[in-house]
Amino acid sequence: MSEALLEVRRLKKYFPINAGLLNRTVGYVKAVDDISFTIQPGETFGLVGESGSGKSTVGRTILRLHEKTSGDVLFKGIPFHGLPKTEVRKLRPKMQLIFQDPYSSLNPRIRIGDAIGESLLEHGLAEKDELRDVVLDVLEACGLSSYHYSRFPHEFSGGQRQRLGIARALVLNPDFIIADEPVSALDVSIQAQIINLFQKLQHTRGLTYLFISHDLSVVEHLCNRIGVMYLGSMMEMASRDELFSRPLHPYTKALLSAIPVPVPRLKRERIVLKGDIPSPANPPSGCKFHTRCPLATAQCKELVPEFRLVGDDHYVACHLV
Amino acid sequence: MSIPTTAGRPEKAIRALDVSDSLWRQSIRQLRKNKLAVAGFAFIAFMFLICFIGPLFSPYADGKINPANMHQPPSAKHWLGTDLLGRDVLTRLLQAGRISLTVGLASMALSMTIGTVLGIVSGYYRGVVDQIIMRVADLLFTIPGLPILFIMGALMSDWKIPTDYRLYLVMLMLSIIGWPGVARLVRSQMLTLREREYMQAADVLGLSDKRKLFRHLLPNVFPLLIVIATLSIGGAILSESALSFFGLGVMPPTPTWGNMIDAANNVIDFEKRPWLWIPPGLAIFLTVIAINIFGDGLRDVLDPKQNTSR
Ligand SMILES: Nc1ncnc2c1ncn2[C@@H]1O[C@H](COP(=O)(O)OP(=O)(O)O)[C@@H](O)[C@H]1O
Ligand code: SF4
Ligand SMILES: [Mg+2]
Repeated sequence: MSEALLEVRRLKKYFPINAGLLNRTVGYVKAVDDISFTIQPGETFGLVGESGSGKSTVGRTILRLHEKTSGDVLFKGIPFHGLPKTEVRKLRPKMQLIFQDPYSSLNPRIRIGDAIGESLLEHGLAEKDELRDVVLDVLEACGLSSYHYSRFPHEFSGGQRQRLGIARALVLNPDFIIADEPVSALDVSIQAQIINLFQKLQHTRGLTYLFISHDLSVVEHLCNRIGVMYLGSMMEMASRDELFSRPLHPYTKALLSAIPVPVPRLKRERIVLKGDIPSPANPPSGCKFHTRCPLATAQCKELVPEFRLVGDDHYVACHLV
Repeated sequence: MSIPTTAGRPEKAIRALDVSDSLWRQSIRQLRKNKLAVAGFAFIAFMFLICFIGPLFSPYADGKINPANMHQPPSAKHWLGTDLLGRDVLTRLLQAGRISLTVGLASMALSMTIGTVLGIVSGYYRGVVDQIIMRVADLLFTIPGLPILFIMGALMSDWKIPTDYRLYLVMLMLSIIGWPGVARLVRSQMLTLREREYMQAADVLGLSDKRKLFRHLLPNVFPLLIVIATLSIGGAILSESALSFFGLGVMPPTPTWGNMIDAANNVIDFEKRPWLWIPPGLAIFLTVIAINIFGDGLRDVLDPKQNTSR
């Protein structure tokens, strides 16, 4: 196997819960609790799970928007989290993030041309006089027009704003892009356009993606491999085809059964999960999924299932597999 | 601004031009629709004009004392009558306006400068510096403003500070009272802005602290600063008037609206010579009201919360 572009090893991110007059730490939200995966160059890795399962925190912690609690992140073999600040800044152009809400991720007072171009100046990647051309090129590559250059973010539609977010990341010519639910805030009709844009850019620029979504059907089109997260832990991880044809974890099965299928005859039995996702501040003992798992046994309440290899690059954490 | 290439679709080109207005221009357009705010602004402008230009046309601008002419009621010669020393009340009112407005502006400028710098340092760098600045601000904030001003005013009288200097000291005192409020607002705005997603985007893009501060944070604090600045002029004018009214601020013969009312603080003046105290009273009242109305209008259109939460 070639060298992984990104390797996440036993990553943990616990947010302290502070309370009381003295603002003492009374506990932790275990948003990311011992997650490992690797992403090969050119691949798209999908991270799925219900809202609150810690997907965004994985993405943000990889990029050091949060400081990790423990674990390692290797980018092209470089231990990104061990680097001093100046070195981190130098690597920034290579790893970019696309936000779920493109509007709040754009400064309302900065014109689009400046918003996209400023990082180039900052990293010395373009001279002032060529800046405009570089930005116009990237706008065009993202399906926007030159007259958008001097506009403000509020003058765009949701889909266009997400194109802006993509353009802003793309202008730095990154190798790796984390897309945190980039289409969840958009109309269904526009989602497909943006997903197509992601695919096109991957082909033309050889990008590697970590694509985060709560919707398995979105991930299905785009990803080579998929990891399923629940309450900060990885439940199952496999190639797309394997996961969709032979899901092993009860949680994955439940998520898959919720995808609407166009041909009614093929309809899988719908597994409805009872209750809500528990709080990551106080996760269930044993298998974190046992409070909602239709197959849970007494053993599940006590023993944490190991995340283990069960087939060809197919990992799962469940006692019954 | 470049004209968009939408040949054959003129209505679209026009729209493209006008929607590209900056947030500033949009805000001004919105503000113009607020009749009350426009009236407030017009009154403030009028006040400044007549106070700074009016006395140039007055035959009584030298402020000469003329006891033979004392306590004249309003007449064609003296539109607002004369005072105890026979000086023209209208001329003095306008000259006092110069002082009061200048004191308001200058102490606003000073407290804004101190408050903004300290607020930004506090909110951006946090840590120990923030703790120190905010504790000092809290201290000044918890003690009510007027009593401190009175104590400082009394001290100035004790130390027999010359009248000319008192003017500057009053401005300084008002700024010392004023900056903590400014610093707090600026700091909390900085803290809110720091958490905005576009600041996280700036981190991911690897932007320097300098760019984050000057290109991303400050422009978003600026609207708030304008609103605070406007409102604090009104506050400063009011405080100066109160101070001077109690004889602790700017001293006669330098006129201010406050000490003009003070000069009429006996029953006879109050009952028989309303031209001595009604004009300065009204001047204070109307100016401060106008400033506050205009400031409120500004807040409505410039409040960053409104502009970004769409
Ligand atoms: N900055 C933060 N501080 C404290 N708790 C956080 C923070 N960010 C996320 N969390 C918590 O971590 C958990 C996972 O959140 P998140 O990563 O946003 O999940 P997802 O993206 O899968 O919806 C949630 O319980 C959330 O409340
Ligand atoms: S370990 Fe038990 S509770 Fe957890 S998913 Fe498997 S069967 Fe369900
Ligand atoms: Mg999320």
